[in-house]
Amino acid sequence: MFEDSALATVLLAMFAGAIRVSTPFLFVSLGETLTEKSGRINLGLEGTLVFGAMSGYAISYHTGSPWLGVLVAGLCGSCFGALHGYLCKLPKVNDIAIGIALMLFGTGLAFFFGKAYIQPQAPRLPSISFGFWTDMPALRQALEINPLFLLGIVLAFVLWWGLKNTRWGLTVRTTGDSAPAALALGINVNQVRLLSTMVGGFFAGVGGSFLSLYYPGSWTEGLSSGQGLMAVALVIFARWNPLYCFLAALLFGAAGALGPALQSIGISRGYHFFNAAPYIMTLLIMIASTSPKRSLKGAPGELSITK
Amino acid sequence: MSLAVETQADVRRAIGVETIGMTKIFGSLVALDDVSIRVTPGSFHALLGENGAGKSTLVKCMMGFYQPTKGSVLVNDAEVEIPNPRAAHALGIGMVYQHFTLVPSLTAAENLVISRADTPAIIDWAKERKGLEAFLETTPFKVPLNVPVSGLSAGEKQKLEILKQLYLDQRFLILDEPTSVLTPDEADEVLGLLRGMTEAGDLTILMITHKFREVTAYADEVTVLRRGRMVGAGKVSDLSVNDMSHMMIGDTTIRESAARQVHADAKLKLEVAGLFAEDDEQLPALEAINLKVHCGEILGIAGVSGNGQSELIEVLSGQRTPSDGRIFIDGKPYEPERKLMDTFKVFGFSEEPLKNVAVPRMSVAENMAFRTFDKAPISPFKGWLSPAPMRQKARDLIASYRVKTPSTEEPIENLSGGNVQRAILARELSGEVDILIVANPCFGLDFASVAEIRAQIMDQRNRGAAVLLVSEDLDEILELADTVAVMSEGKITYTSPMDKTDRATIGHAMAGHH
Repeated sequence: MFEDSALATVLLAMFAGAIRVSTPFLFVSLGETLTEKSGRINLGLEGTLVFGAMSGYAISYHTGSPWLGVLVAGLCGSCFGALHGYLCKLPKVNDIAIGIALMLFGTGLAFFFGKAYIQPQAPRLPSISFGFWTDMPALRQALEINPLFLLGIVLAFVLWWGLKNTRWGLTVRTTGDSAPAALALGINVNQVRLLSTMVGGFFAGVGGSFLSLYYPGSWTEGLSSGQGLMAVALVIFARWNPLYCFLAALLFGAAGALGPALQSIGISRGYHFFNAAPYIMTLLIMIASTSPKRSLKGAPGELSITK
Repeated sequence: MSLAVETQADVRRAIGVETIGMTKIFGSLVALDDVSIRVTPGSFHALLGENGAGKSTLVKCMMGFYQPTKGSVLVNDAEVEIPNPRAAHALGIGMVYQHFTLVPSLTAAENLVISRADTPAIIDWAKERKGLEAFLETTPFKVPLNVPVSGLSAGEKQKLEILKQLYLDQRFLILDEPTSVLTPDEADEVLGLLRGMTEAGDLTILMITHKFREVTAYADEVTVLRRGRMVGAGKVSDLSVNDMSHMMIGDTTIRESAARQVHADAKLKLEVAGLFAEDDEQLPALEAINLKVHCGEILGIAGVSGNGQSELIEVLSGQRTPSDGRIFIDGKPYEPERKLMDTFKVFGFSEEPLKNVAVPRMSVAENMAFRTFDKAPISPFKGWLSPAPMRQKARDLIASYRVKTPSTEEPIENLSGGNVQRAILARELSGEVDILIVANPCFGLDFASVAEIRAQIMDQRNRGAAVLLVSEDLDEILELADTVAVMSEGKITYTSPMDKTDRATIGHAMAGHH
């Protein structure tokens, strides 16, 4: 009997954790999917994520409105995206190198401006309760869903639909798959990539604001612990499909929630090992999904890693 | 409103285009010198010339990619300004490029719809599909609409490129070597359909080509360019192939290949047994390839590109691991490693040497030493390089193979295509060659270089080397090979001694009819 309830507790905690932890993965990976669909890789999203977390928290603290914080975090993300897009347009500039530089720049800038906000408490994003029908406290707790998660699901569907059914979507895919073809159609390749990277940066910034404004819910320097980078790996795993991004984000979220979930039923042995689950999973996925013998299926043809 | 409905309501007929005194100068290079051509409405006009003769420059001026230094363009006898490709499209001039400009991951329908200038922001696929099907009814070309372009055959892609131009209502089509990736049958089908449309007065065609067969079979008129100048023009019916080829190459002396020596009961040299390999998508690329090449024999492997030829070459040169099968030389097992290549004297070269068999930014001398840099005299002690003998050897090779280069230290990428290929030839053929593996050696080279390279291959054969020649150019196979094998979908589907077969039979085998 005890075993059953313990298992239920773990599964419930992982479910709640999957939803909670997956949100930043979801936003960053959707942003990265869009950027990569246009033919560029932006590794700087880790920096964007951290800066989004800092700026969102700061704005929420000063104005008292967490939603304004989310918006500003997104706009800051767009600025980083614009910088990436602009620099990559210059001749002989490598998008991966710029991405790494911007990752360091973004985190560094966030730490610099963020020192003052480590102590104070900013208003946090509200959650929506879907657990009104039950009186099990654990389930109620698990069904406190954050609005950004729901927004992320909508966004995943919109992106998936939009890439197929809008002129804008076809233009992005054309640019990402064959720049010569895009040029022949009179598409301004650099502009499409700049805008895609900016929108991608916006999503990543929003993902960052979730970290500081909902879960864990405060601004610290170790907040992201590489989630922005893992989200890039997740895009490859999800084969550049927004809907798979959603599923993959849930999977990563659940893996991230494994450690705390086991701790909640008293299993604390190997806590740090279980906490490392997402990282181990990233590694295993990268090994399983790549091979020297074949090229990545579904990868946009213009990506510098597939060229 | 769908485009197809528009075209039916207001049918645009074939248009004529004329250039007057076109001149284009790039820096010190005169790419185009006072060229006037007249393409009448509804005609099928061929533009002949060697690589670098100015054909591309001329059509790029007509398409608005370049602005001519001097000269003007007339459309239906009215002078027009073409500042950019969009302006050309608006006038009804479209171009089908040598390399596909389709987006591989998009379906045919998506490719057509995105190519339009007025693609709606939100695409109503049900309506678009109906429009596209109605449009397809009006043309003789049939292409599956809902398959990603990457899954189409080369012939279907070429048809889709042409369809795209028709869909955009372009009534003057410039085709740049449209049949280079097609089987002879596919080429005949596409050109025949286009010919039908010109005869009906729906379309005017200007086709860049260097294949006389296509000119005589399909074109009404021809213009020949050489070194940027127009050297001849006229009705195809008034000209013989000899006239045209003389116009194209002028008085350049072309090296003749040595006569084919007969080797009586030559012994088996190279044997490939049951070779299997996978491509980059892990799909089968080679299936049970069996080949035998004897001393003093050229085995020509014909086929349309993408049927496993590049994988075969990669396996034979050690760039791809076979999943099964063996290679034997003189009956002994052979693995393509540097040491064994050296022991068995295996050499080779291929198309686009800068991409495939040279390091573009290393010097000519270094590139020429790839086979010998680890041996005396260049490497007197193990691991040490001595540049003086390397340069000396390069100087000798440059002289004897007539490579035009400013010095031995010039990065090889600065040389012209023919000279890069000659430098590689010098590296591969200067020693003793027992086995020669060659892939599309003459791709993109001028007549003189082509003749030179073919003569060198023939010399090696006459000396007793076993030659495996993979070529997408059927004429090259017909000229050089003693035995022909056809590769289709990763299999050898047809083998015959050259004197017991002909172009049509090989062409059918290439298309998979066997």
